[in-house]
Amino acid sequence: MSAPIDPGEAPLLSVERLTRFYGERLGCRDVSFDLYPGEVLAVVGESGSGKTTLLNCLAARMKLSSGAVRYRMRDGEMRDLAALGEAERRFLMRTDWGFVHQNPADGLRMNVSAGANVGERLMAIGERNYGEIRGSAHDWLSRVEVPTDRIDDSPRAFSGGMRQRLQIARNLVTAPRLVFMDEPTGGLDVSVQARLLDLIRALVAELRMAALVVTHDLAVARLLSHRIMVMKEGRVVEEGLTDRVLDDPQRPYTQLLVSSILQV
Amino acid sequence: MSTAQEKPETPYNFAYLDEQTKRMIRRAILKAVAIPGYQVPFASREMPMPYGWGTGGVQVTASLIGPDDVLKVIDQGADDTTNAVSIRSFFAKVAGVKTTTHTKEASLIQTRHRVPEMPLSENQILVYQVPIPEPLRFLEPRETETRLMHALEEYGLMHVKLYEDIARHGHIATTYAYPVKVEGRYVMDPSPIPKFDNPKLTNSPALQLFGAGREKRIYALPPYTRVESLDFEDHPFRVQEFSEPCGLCGASGVYLDEVILDDHGGRMFVCSDTDHCEGRREAGHRGHLAGAMGAPGAEAAE
Amino acid sequence: MYVAVKGGEAAIANAHRLLAERRRGDPAVPALTVDQILQQLSLAVDRVMGEGSLYDRRLAALAIKQARGDLVEAIFLVRAYRTTLPRFGASLPVDTGKMAVERRISATFKDLPGGQVLGPTFDYTHRLLDPDLEGEAEPEPAATAEDPGEGAMARVTDLLGEAGLIEPDPESDGEPGDLTREPLSFPAPREVRLQALARGDEGFLLALGYSTQRGFARSHPFAAEIRMGEVEVEIEVPGMDFSVPLGRLKVTECQMVNQFRGSAAAPPQFTRGYGLVFGHAERKAMAMALCDRALRARELGEDETAPAQDGEFVISHCDNVQATGFVEHLKLPHYVDFQAELELIRRLRAEFEDREGGQEREAAE
Repeated sequence: MSAPIDPGEAPLLSVERLTRFYGERLGCRDVSFDLYPGEVLAVVGESGSGKTTLLNCLAARMKLSSGAVRYRMRDGEMRDLAALGEAERRFLMRTDWGFVHQNPADGLRMNVSAGANVGERLMAIGERNYGEIRGSAHDWLSRVEVPTDRIDDSPRAFSGGMRQRLQIARNLVTAPRLVFMDEPTGGLDVSVQARLLDLIRALVAELRMAALVVTHDLAVARLLSHRIMVMKEGRVVEEGLTDRVLDDPQRPYTQLLVSSILQV
Repeated sequence: MSTAQEKPETPYNFAYLDEQTKRMIRRAILKAVAIPGYQVPFASREMPMPYGWGTGGVQVTASLIGPDDVLKVIDQGADDTTNAVSIRSFFAKVAGVKTTTHTKEASLIQTRHRVPEMPLSENQILVYQVPIPEPLRFLEPRETETRLMHALEEYGLMHVKLYEDIARHGHIATTYAYPVKVEGRYVMDPSPIPKFDNPKLTNSPALQLFGAGREKRIYALPPYTRVESLDFEDHPFRVQEFSEPCGLCGASGVYLDEVILDDHGGRMFVCSDTDHCEGRREAGHRGHLAGAMGAPGAEAAE
Repeated sequence: MYVAVKGGEAAIANAHRLLAERRRGDPAVPALTVDQILQQLSLAVDRVMGEGSLYDRRLAALAIKQARGDLVEAIFLVRAYRTTLPRFGASLPVDTGKMAVERRISATFKDLPGGQVLGPTFDYTHRLLDPDLEGEAEPEPAATAEDPGEGAMARVTDLLGEAGLIEPDPESDGEPGDLTREPLSFPAPREVRLQALARGDEGFLLALGYSTQRGFARSHPFAAEIRMGEVEVEIEVPGMDFSVPLGRLKVTECQMVNQFRGSAAAPPQFTRGYGLVFGHAERKAMAMALCDRALRARELGEDETAPAQDGEFVISHCDNVQATGFVEHLKLPHYVDFQAELELIRRLRAEFEDREGGQEREAAE
């Protein structure tokens, strides 16, 4: 899969020597990269490799110990995320960004209907027409292949795969430019996983979103991402185009990871 | 009933609270007036009536009332309900002020759950008793979180609730304590008045003050403040409508109480605002059931 | 015929007269005196003083009489009276180390300087109803100590502190907050939490403290010391270089010693939970100390998972005057709101029936 990158374009997200400690213990260290509009970057590694810490720091859900994360706002200006005010940060998170949690219950409002879950972001940014909000919810449910007659049902009555698709719809309704995904297919049956991956791949391409996907599953990374970053013990050990890294891993650790998955 | 006493027969300070406490409350009121709809924390005191029975309103009234004020107290629209009687007699005792049941004679009106039907004037102050001042409370139980939501104007959740109502019932199912937005900024709980009364809040010539004693908050609507009830463009805010006029005075376009007449399901509707109803009857208005019965409340008031 | 359902002043006045009559009970039985309550129901008096947060035994006894023995009502009366008192100043912190001890026990040391002083306690009594109390039987005089000693005894936690085994009491950084004069905000500092707990409902705090023992915020407490007795209250007068004694208060203090913490930088130390209450109120002081410790979870880097650790939950709900007022306000009329709900439910039901009717017609076609 080749990245739809316009060579003249500026990066959307620029990360410089991102480091995070938990007291004495290292979370991740000296991570630097740029992410371009429309590009999908997979961060792979075992549990404890620092990939979730990295994700939380990037998504401004956790403070950095040192380093910087800059984001190109819709007006084109690069802003240091640490310098954003709380109001700006929250606004960014519910408009220009999405965050897809591994467990859909963490990203959904389980006590309101599917329609309200999708409509919430629209209402939060001032949409005040019930019919239009409902129309968008309807449209998005069908785009993520949730039967639209389930619009007034509670997500509690949904299967795991359907909840995850609902969570994706809830995030994409404001047309974000960057989506963070934390093991988006974890905990799902293999057949459900495959369908969901196809859906994500199609939506990301169609909406030309940038995405940062954290996963321990190299098959997910191969299917979704243009570029891969391999992490071990808090540091990036190898980085490159997805096909290159998976077909011709350079580092012993990456070779071990690649060789440990079944070849099909 | 409305006799001014010569001098309060109590060992307490005028209007019960000491002057320092009154000053503290007045400072909170000034801040509340300066930031319409914002809930100002204040060091609420224990009062001789229980929390939840109007201690916030009583403290606001006590800090504002002067010897020349004329006080009216209503509960559910009526002057003769137990709690209204109790609060009125409290101020008659500790402040020796003149009291009244007539809306137009009052300079200070303390209310629970209603706004008088008669339009108020610039010379009047309406003090609401508030049980739960936080309009977001039942969506988010934590004070730390709701204060942040107000600070950042994060009110999307409020509309999620209204959306759910419409999706489930076809219309918004909040009938009282219906949330409002003040001057386009703060979302505010108007206290548990029926939403019927919400339109009276906006652009009122009277100063409106809200006191929550147990929750220790004061907030305000200065005169002529813009107050909008939350809604959707295609599901606009609407008030209750009654199918029949008041059985006693024939008034329509007012809020009515349902009165059970017998145990065979017989019932009638009468004005919730007793002063308004009495005034109309004195002026010769008659409802369709007025001839058949004695004047309500007359026997109890004697 | 329409009957006025709204209460009138006459009805209220009558209800109050009936209340006064019921309070008095059978006039053939001699009226209870405030002195009798003071002397013979002294633990009730202490509870009302503590939760009423006003140290005045006589007023508390009067409140109990007026409230017909309903202690929450009596506490409420005392609080309402307290509101009207002007404040002239603040005393210096009382020194419980200099307490004239009437009772002092430690569950952590078998013997300690000053010894275990049992004092007047229900502990170790058999809870057997005593029919003799139906009569006027006078108890045998209690033995008195031959050598009453100095009275002042070092606190157990000070003994532990000298060896560095327990965290030091935090240094005061300026003026403490005042729950009764400033609005509460969260997270509340510890001194404000302690004020709220000291005024808080004994039953509520007891249940929360108990929950920490049952695993909901377990802190492995030991009752290092419980002491009860009188302490001197002193005030600083501007222009004088010594403090002036105002009088003496009876208080109960409980110091809980809890599981230690430590880190790479700091050696392990026991942590504290503290309770201090007016009068003789041991159960309350112990419950308070357990709750205080649980509420320090965040400060001590512990997970906040249990109700007793949730400052906003505990502090917002521990005051029985607030709680009783709001629960009992449900007795007030809610006609207006109920009318609005009644109207809505009728409309919803009518719409529901219309829909159902419509579907049946469709099905029939």
